[in-house]
Amino acid sequence: MEPREEVVRADQLNKTYGSGHTAVRALRGASLVAHRGELVALLGPSGSGKSTLLTALGLLNLPEKGRIALAGQDVVVDGIAHGDLPSLRRSRIGFVFQKSNLIPFLTAQENVRVAFKINGQDGVGESRRSQELLDALGVGERSDHYPEQLSGGEQQRVAIARALAMAPPLILADEPTSALDSHRGREVMDLFKRVAHEHGAAIIVVTHDHRTLDLFDTVFEMEDGILSPARSAA
Amino acid sequence: MNLAWKDVRRQKGRFALTAFGLGLLFAIVLAMGGIYRGLVEDATLLVDRMGADLWVVQRDTRGPFAERSIVPADLEDRLRVVPGVAETRRFSSAIIQRNHHSHSLRMNLVGLAWPWDRGEGLPLVEGRTLAQAHLEMIVDRSLGLALGERVHLGNDDYTVVGITKGLLGSGGDGVVCVNEADASAILAYQPSEALRIEREARVSRLAHTELDSPANEERLRGDEGILPALAPPPTNAILVKLIPGARVEAVQRTLAGWVEVTATSTEEQRQFLLQGVVEKSKRQIGLFRALLGVVSGIIVALIVFNMTAAKAHDIALLKLMGAKTGVVVGLILEQSMMLGGLGYAFAFVIAELSFQYWPRRVVVGFPEFAGVAVLVTVITLISSLAGIHRALKIPPTLVLAG
Repeated sequence: MEPREEVVRADQLNKTYGSGHTAVRALRGASLVAHRGELVALLGPSGSGKSTLLTALGLLNLPEKGRIALAGQDVVVDGIAHGDLPSLRRSRIGFVFQKSNLIPFLTAQENVRVAFKINGQDGVGESRRSQELLDALGVGERSDHYPEQLSGGEQQRVAIARALAMAPPLILADEPTSALDSHRGREVMDLFKRVAHEHGAAIIVVTHDHRTLDLFDTVFEMEDGILSPARSAA
Repeated sequence: MNLAWKDVRRQKGRFALTAFGLGLLFAIVLAMGGIYRGLVEDATLLVDRMGADLWVVQRDTRGPFAERSIVPADLEDRLRVVPGVAETRRFSSAIIQRNHHSHSLRMNLVGLAWPWDRGEGLPLVEGRTLAQAHLEMIVDRSLGLALGERVHLGNDDYTVVGITKGLLGSGGDGVVCVNEADASAILAYQPSEALRIEREARVSRLAHTELDSPANEERLRGDEGILPALAPPPTNAILVKLIPGARVEAVQRTLAGWVEVTATSTEEQRQFLLQGVVEKSKRQIGLFRALLGVVSGIIVALIVFNMTAAKAHDIALLKLMGAKTGVVVGLILEQSMMLGGLGYAFAFVIAELSFQYWPRRVVVGFPEFAGVAVLVTVITLISSLAGIHRALKIPPTLVLAG
């Protein structure tokens, strides 16, 4: 069996907010690895450190200790960035949020195109590719609509299309189904599963929804900043 | 895909209203410049229009516009024989205010030296120049009089035979041109009772002189015009036209020996006006413009800052997705420029449509429009710094805060 391609690796991440008596240790030696095509769940109660871990992996909130590597290359070591983090985020990480976080003054298709634009690509080809992504995610016919004209599920699909625009190897999703009903939530998770397999992306999802855990390849649980595997991919 | 334009497109009503408000502000800045230029043009229009090479006025005065000047009318004849002088004519100017059809009419009365000057040099837009020696007038359109309308001045009714456009005195009052003799009559007009009292006073004064005789008393009770001992009414200045090739400085040197008059060139008259009548207004308007510029800058800065704050979440999202600083700065800068540009366009339209109806003349041309365009660009660029500073401070993690 061929070794799976590693997309992201976190080793012994430690992050503390505040200092002295009020210090809160959000991450205590958290480690994980995600591979291409793998759908990873991060479970845990509120305040357990899931979002902190996600922002650390997204190169937004650097841990004081520990190492983050993308595709085998160290990008953060003990709180020090090795490389242009915004550039890495642009090209190698896609984000999906609790709320869709679409830009309200852009149509669905323009919201996808903006991912290309900030990478300096803004032509006819990108417009076509945006439409293809929307079509693939089942919201192609809504491409001219503004976010306020879309349902919650449709908005989330557009957000996923945007995250996929630059074909990043890593997609980070922070409770993407929390604003949706259980049916729509299941649909979105199905979509992640499909995207992970079809696009070969590693998708790490922070979720509270235990009803969709069967779709995940790997499940981690987090409590008081400590990350532990609940179920590993075979 | 232009993000700035896309944002504006979604809130075009609010954006247009904001730009219109700015446009009004920029229009006032533009008007200030136009009013100043109008002041200068108004102040110097008559000087330029009279076509004189020299203005001979009362000694040591800067008349007839900058201050009161009185010279004898016969000075006109004496100047005519000075070497280098081609022609001379009397000039009088005074502000008068009369009731006409139950409303007040304030005008700058100017006497034209009939028959040599019938108003050919005036900017006529309707009617004709003076065609008869008396009781005709040419008026500026700003006075609201119509051709053929009769206006009672002094003891007579004057008929409007010509209408000028933009012929205003240094105070901004519409100019009324009549024959010089008519102007003197209007200015010297006294009611019958006042004349009777003055004649009795003359006779009374005669009683204390050696000239007291029935014949002299008879003469003094008559009109001023039949009194050989009384000079014709004085005038404010004598305008001198030189023969071709004659040098202004040479004639001025000759007249410098005349103890009762001062001869100034047309350019000197212009400078007297600009330094006297216009200078304080210029400083006042300049100060007002500077303040308006600062106020505009603050308002634009606040608008841009608020527009940026309203987009804080979207900017954070762009940053989180890895947008370069240039993308965010471009978004703010382009919107600021759009706001300034649209505001300027509104100011342009307001200027074109409304300035002609302002009470004072507002003269705006390319220099004023270009000046305000530069000012708007500078204000917009500087003001956008506040928004850019705000945008650069927005953390990408703001998106995750919900």
